[in-house]
Amino acid sequence: MIEVKNLKKAFGDHLVLDGIDETIAKGEKVVVIGPSGSGKSTFLRCLNLLEEPSDGEIWFEGNKITDKVVNINQIRQKMGMVFQQFNLFPHLTVLENITLAPTKLGIMTKEEANEKAMELLAKIGLTEKASSYPGKLSGGQKQRIAIIRALAMNPAVMLFDEPTSALDPEMVGEVLELMTSLAEDGLTMVVVTHEMGFAKKVATRVLFMDEGKIVEQNTPVEFFDNPKHPRLQEFLSKVL
Amino acid sequence: MYLSSSWFGKTIYDSFYNAIVPDKRYLAYIEGLKVTLLISFFAIILGILIGVIVAILKVTATNYKMKWLSKICNIYINVIRGTPLMVQLLIIYNLIFTSRNTNELLVGAVCFGINSGAYVAEIIRSGIESIDRGQMEAGRSLGLNYVTTMRLIILPQAVRNILPALGNEFITLIKETSVASVIAITDLTKAALYIGSRTWDILPPLIIVALFYLILVMGLSKLLSVFERRMAKSDRS
Repeated sequence: MIEVKNLKKAFGDHLVLDGIDETIAKGEKVVVIGPSGSGKSTFLRCLNLLEEPSDGEIWFEGNKITDKVVNINQIRQKMGMVFQQFNLFPHLTVLENITLAPTKLGIMTKEEANEKAMELLAKIGLTEKASSYPGKLSGGQKQRIAIIRALAMNPAVMLFDEPTSALDPEMVGEVLELMTSLAEDGLTMVVVTHEMGFAKKVATRVLFMDEGKIVEQNTPVEFFDNPKHPRLQEFLSKVL
Repeated sequence: MYLSSSWFGKTIYDSFYNAIVPDKRYLAYIEGLKVTLLISFFAIILGILIGVIVAILKVTATNYKMKWLSKICNIYINVIRGTPLMVQLLIIYNLIFTSRNTNELLVGAVCFGINSGAYVAEIIRSGIESIDRGQMEAGRSLGLNYVTTMRLIILPQAVRNILPALGNEFITLIKETSVASVIAITDLTKAALYIGSRTWDILPPLIIVALFYLILVMGLSKLLSVFERRMAKSDRS
């Protein structure tokens, strides 16, 4: 579904991604971990071209999206993204946040979008917040709404950029729970996170990044119980 | 003492009476007010239009590293902000609109609009840049294009942040239209000067138009604060 070939990204002289080759198949739940500054967020943000790669190719459902002629806006409709800082639109109500993109892009009528939004809100138990503004919500509620805002577009894949890193500890659970249930529904996911528990439980594959490269990848069991690369062994010994 | 103060009161009454009633002079104020309002209104509209466009061009130029575009915007802003309004008015009036049957009102409105646009552009640009980068990214990641995200997500939030500064600019603009008299526009100020020259008593008409400006500006301030409160509704918790 997503194919990355020799992806490189430099900020000035600093090479953040140093030749990444990776293929993500439909239905996979890929968790990316690594120390800060290893390039994992940049990698994720390159997948929907929020960061423009300096070199290399990215293919999505048979389209080479690094090609200038590809309409990236259409590609992004199929790739939901969830941010560390939620990035809800503070001037719009929760319902408007969710329905804005589907209606403005002409994918759904106002009624269809509202119906879909209420259905998703019901799923996360926040129906009564539909007409609230984001300023009145807790961090966990904001992030769960950001997730269903992306889901309302019926994306083929969801990208999560450290979705729980900005949350109070007591709110991490509710967000991970929602993500786990999405994974169980068969959604294709790429998740950058520091939540090792989530990686063990939900991932089909775990990638370890260090200094702009994917150093090791494996199934979660092998990855955590039997790490091979010394850098990964050192990392795991510190975080587990 | 009693005599002198009564004499004083009567003189003031007479001078204001003379400045308003004879020859239906009050009509001159009304006409002047109409002109001031017309120029201000169209200048504000034009200023907003130019300001929004220039601000977006400038921000876009920075985002997409188009140096030439931001250079053009900066030249416009620097020239307008770096030269006196009255000089701009005279240059535009004499240089560009040289034909005999020039519509001074139109020249005035256009000139004040172009002038205000430079200030509004800088205000709006600061507003756009005050919005977190994540808002643009969130919009784009949902598949909305740059312009739509700007229009539906960034600008509404930016405008809310800059409303007080924008209000200041409009207040300044209304007061600065008093310079329009140099290109033979009979606005409020010109009306006062005209009446003063007829009655040989300049102070009363000047005080009268000062009151007109004061009321205009206070009305606008009131309007803006109502608007500000309404826009702040999503911040309430």
